[in-house]
Parts: sequence; structure tokens; C-alpha cells
Amino acid sequence: MYKFSLVFLSALALLLGSISTSFSKVEGDTIILGAAVSLTGKYSTNGKHTKNGYELAVKRINGRAAKVQVGGKDYKFKIIYYDDESNAGRAAQLAEKLIKQDGVKYMLGPYSSGLTKAIAPVTEENKIPMVEANGASRSLFTKGYKYLFAVLSAANQYLEVAIDLAVEKNGGKPVNIAMAFEQDAFSQDVRLGIVDAAKRTGSKIIIDDKLPKELNDMAATLAKVKATKPDVLVVSGHSKGALTAIRQISEMKVDVPMLAMTHCDASKLAKQHGEKSEYALCAAQWHKTLSYRDKYFGSGKKFDKDFTAEYGYAPPYQAAESAAALLVWKDAFERANSFDTEKVRDALAATDMQTFYGNIKFSDAGQNIAKPMVLFQVICDGDKCENKVVAPTEWASAELIHPAPAWSER
Amino acid sequence: MVQASLDGILLGVLFALIAYGMALQWGVMNIINIAQGELVIMGGYIAYFMYTAGIHPALGIIVSPIIMYFVGWFLYKTVIYKVVDRDLFISILATFGISILTQQLMNFIFGADVVVAQSNFGTTMLFDNSVTLPNAKIFSALVSIIFAIALVMYMKKSRLGRAIRATAQNSRAAKILGVDTEKVYAATFGINAALCGVAGSLIAITFTLHPYVGLPYTVRSFMIVIVAGLGNLPGVALSGMGLGVFEEFADYILGTEFRIGSVFMLLVFILVYRRFKLSRKREYLK
Repeated sequence: MYKFSLVFLSALALLLGSISTSFSKVEGDTIILGAAVSLTGKYSTNGKHTKNGYELAVKRINGRAAKVQVGGKDYKFKIIYYDDESNAGRAAQLAEKLIKQDGVKYMLGPYSSGLTKAIAPVTEENKIPMVEANGASRSLFTKGYKYLFAVLSAANQYLEVAIDLAVEKNGGKPVNIAMAFEQDAFSQDVRLGIVDAAKRTGSKIIIDDKLPKELNDMAATLAKVKATKPDVLVVSGHSKGALTAIRQISEMKVDVPMLAMTHCDASKLAKQHGEKSEYALCAAQWHKTLSYRDKYFGSGKKFDKDFTAEYGYAPPYQAAESAAALLVWKDAFERANSFDTEKVRDALAATDMQTFYGNIKFSDAGQNIAKPMVLFQVICDGDKCENKVVAPTEWASAELIHPAPAWSER
Repeated sequence: MVQASLDGILLGVLFALIAYGMALQWGVMNIINIAQGELVIMGGYIAYFMYTAGIHPALGIIVSPIIMYFVGWFLYKTVIYKVVDRDLFISILATFGISILTQQLMNFIFGADVVVAQSNFGTTMLFDNSVTLPNAKIFSALVSIIFAIALVMYMKKSRLGRAIRATAQNSRAAKILGVDTEKVYAATFGINAALCGVAGSLIAITFTLHPYVGLPYTVRSFMIVIVAGLGNLPGVALSGMGLGVFEEFADYILGTEFRIGSVFMLLVFILVYRRFKLSRKREYLK
């Protein structure tokens, strides 16, 4: 009898569980979104930026009189978070859990290309639309995914602008490029962008180093740069690459007219290296001085102010793009005027809007094709170093300083 | 060429210091410490912490080993004492656990940002500015050499040093003759951690710090010790420098992507050559 009742009870629990989950995509007046974000592990800093961006946007949308209007009714957003421990395997597991157990029908992306790559097959298989804001790797958009939408520009677009700029400053003549990229999906995508730009402009790549992931030392690459004197040096290797490059370039006094990098924002380059990082060019998805506008956050500057007031630090672009993902969801729900995942997916695919973060319009592959990357330059005034936008020219808040002065003159 | 050789030597000396500690405790306690790199990074964070408090990070070479000695001593008293004299595999598992724990702990305390400490030591220029050597690296090499020499002297002259050497040769005999081997083991592990502390604070001013970058340092010191052989401290210094120079040259000539691969190729070559030499010796003995 005891055994029987145990079996009966567990069957009942399972049944109830499945009933409750099948309705949990929208509970009462709340639309539930799911996200696996790195709250611990090596991506925990950027995971925190991602979560804060999501949270601020939810707060802003829920705080308005007209929240998310579907079928003439007002709905709030709520996000279920899990910590993926910066681990791809765990992220995929959690995506399964969110979809299968929590019954989530609408997903937000994790932090980093690697984790997004791990989650995308799961959301695709279950036909669950995902709006992601932190996976820029080109390979995400070549697999024919139908339910993946990325609000950010792809990795190969990061530093193309820098090469164009160098050619322009060289009187339209091709330049010599030296480059060092870490051997990971993201950095190698950035590299492909440079290779394309070199082909397009007829420029020559004279150094093409691939930095091992565990590498802490770029001295040999920089010795080559000193010997060959290229016009542009391009470095990408996440925060570690950016900090190592500036440390060793300044210590070895490597003179190069243009130094272009990624992850200056995330590594707090201007703060950690100060004047040593001056004149470095950095690619960014967003900058607060850009003139985009929307009705939720107003402008980039307003977002910067609100975010700083809420979390006590200035928002890096990772937070801005994460907030933009929520605005895309709201817009798609309202246009679909339904909670049917297929209808919402189609509405997402037809997105064409402006947010404080930039214009958003998706290609068939789900990539945002309406927003260019920006380049800023670290410019110091005494001890205070700031990132100033120098390209594209329509948003530039400062003139590009080129060529960078030699170390002997600094 | 000169640049690559000098860079290699300066890098190698620093790695040799980490390998010194590993050789010492491997030789004495027969433990392969997978957490070696994490101890280094922890030492580095102590220097970084001083830097954020407004103290020059180079002073970390004094403060960090003192704190790290006690960290090492504590680790011995809580975990390591259970695995001394046991199967090597168990010690690898135990220290692997320590390495994961310390990584997460550092992540929790210091955050997952990559950080650097500024020494502002400047640069030495040689040969009409064609060769540039960061003074921070020269400082690191000098400090490493001083600590290495001090360690050798200490091992030779002091009472504890003699006890450590006796225990390494035959722990049972040492015990019978009145050496408190427990104490010796704790001190050895503490000295190893202290050396890691010195190396860590040097890394804070020459490279970058992150809670998860310890493993390359473990692997590198492991390799240096294998090449040099246990209990061969001058050999450790030489093999450290040799590997450093070889690495820089491989990078300079073949490209950065071949850097680590070529070092491992060299390791395989050395091991095969050693085996070959050994087998010839054995035949002779027959």
C-alpha cells in the first residue's frame, strides 16, 4: 500500500508539474523569459554586466504605464536566471532545464560567443526564439539558425573600420598590417574581418601571429613589429590580450603609427594603464555619446546616467546591448500581438527599430545589420584618460590623433 | 636575436624560481603539486592588493612570501599531510582539488577581471635603442636569482635545511635519528608556497593576473623539473633559462602559434634521448 501511494503521489506530482510548466511562459500578467548567465567563473564580471543590463531594462519597461501590450492587455516581464558557471556544457544543460522544466518559451542569451554557441542548438531544436546580446562570433550566423537573433554586430566587423581609417590617413594608399590574435572563436573572427579589409584595400599583412590562449607574453611578436615597422598593429585577445599588449608595447617602446584593439572597455584599459594606453584605438559595440534615441532610456547618455545610479559603475557596452535585447522582445510581442512562439519569432525576424543602443534590423541569419561598430581612441588630459569616439565620423566626439607620437616624444 | 635571447633568459629565470619550489617539495615529499600555479597567482594578488592600497607592488616580494608561507603551512596541515607517502595519483587529485578551490576563492575575493600592477620601473635601452629591456623584467630576474641562491645556502647551512635534505634522502632514517618529519614537511610546503609568492608578485608587475591563469605556470614548472631532474637545483635554473630562450626563438622564427608546441616537442625529444642513454647504460651493466 505504501509503495502504491508513493508511485501514485509521484505520478501526480509529475502530472501537476507538466500542467504548471505548459502555462508558465505567461503567468497571469507576467511574460517569463529565461536566461543562463555567468554569475561565477571566468566570465562572472561580464556576466554581471549582462544581468544588470537585462534587469535595468525589465525595470524600465515594467515601470511604464503601458508595459507590454498584447491583445489589449498589459503584461510585465520577468526573467528566470541560472548561473552557467562560465561553462559551455552547463549552459546547454541549463537551457534544457529552462525550456523543459520551467517551460520557458522565450530566451535571452548568455555572455560570450562560446556559451551562445552551446545554447543555440538547444533553442533551435525546441523552436524557442532567443534574442542574444553577447555572442558576436560569425559562426553563429552561418549555421542556418532560425530562432537566433543577435542585437550586436558580428565579430568580423569589429576592426575593419580601423584598416579603412589607416588607408584613408595614408592618402588612400595600401598599408602594411601586423596582427596578433588569440586562438579562440571570437578573436579569429576579428582576424577574418581584417583579412577581408586588407584584400579590399590592397593592403599587405606582414605579421600574422596566433597567440595561444594561455599566453601572457607577446615580447617575440613585438620584437618582430619593431623590426618590420608596420603602419598598423592589430591585437585581439580579450582583456588579457589588451592589457598584455599595452604593458609590453610601452615597456619595449614599440613605435607604431596606429594600434587597434578589442576589449579596451572590458579590461578598463584607460584606468589600469593610464597614459601608457594613450592613442590606442578600440572597437566597441556602443558608446554613450552616440546619438541614437528611444522612448525607454532616451539617449545613450541617459542610459549611462541611470545605469550608474542603479549599479554604481558606468555601463560597459555589454550592459547596453543586453538592455537593448529586452526592448527588442517588447517590440516583437506587441507587433505579434500573440504569445505563439512562431508568431513571435516572425515578428522578431521583421524587427526594424531604433534603440538608445543603435538601430536593429536582422538579416535572414539573425544578425543585426543596421548598426555599425564604433572606434574610440584613448585620449589623456594629464592623468585622466578617456575613451573618445573617433569613427565613424558622423558620431565622432574627437579628432583622430594619427600617427601616434613616438615613445621618445611622450 | 639579442632581443629574443635576453627576453628568453629573463622569462626563464622567473619560471625557474617557480620550478625550484616544485622540485623541492616533489623531491622531499614526493608530491606533484597541481596547485603550484594557483599559489603563484595568489602571491600575485597579494602584491596587487598592496598596489591598490597605494603601496609599491615590488614590495610584494617581501610581504607575499611571508603570507604565502603560512598559506602553504595551512594547506599542509589541512590536506597535504594526508597524502604524503601515498600513491602519486592521490596527491595529484588532492592538489587538483586545492587548485579548483583556490581559483574559485580568488575569483570570489578579487573578481574575474584581468588586472595589472604598475611598477613604473621604466626601460633599459641597449645597442642604439634596438634592444629594449623592461626594468621590471630585469628586477624580476635579479630577485629570482637572489631568492634561488638564498634557498640553496639555507638548505646547505641551516638546521632546518639539513633536516629537509635528510628527510628527502630517507625519511624513515631521518625520523629514527630524531628529525620531526611532520614539521619538515610542513616547512617544505610552506617554503614552496613562499617561493610561489615571490614569483607571483614578480608576475604582477611583469605580466597580468587573473584567477584562472595558474595552470600554464604549473605546467611550465613541471616541465622544467622533468628536464632538470629532481634534487638538481642548478639544473633547474639552467633548464628554466634554456626553455625560456628556446621558446622565444621558436616564437620569433616559426611564429607564435608554434611557441608552446615546439617547447613540448623539445620535451619529448629530451625524454626519448634520456631513455635512450639510460638503456645503453643498462646494457653496459649487464
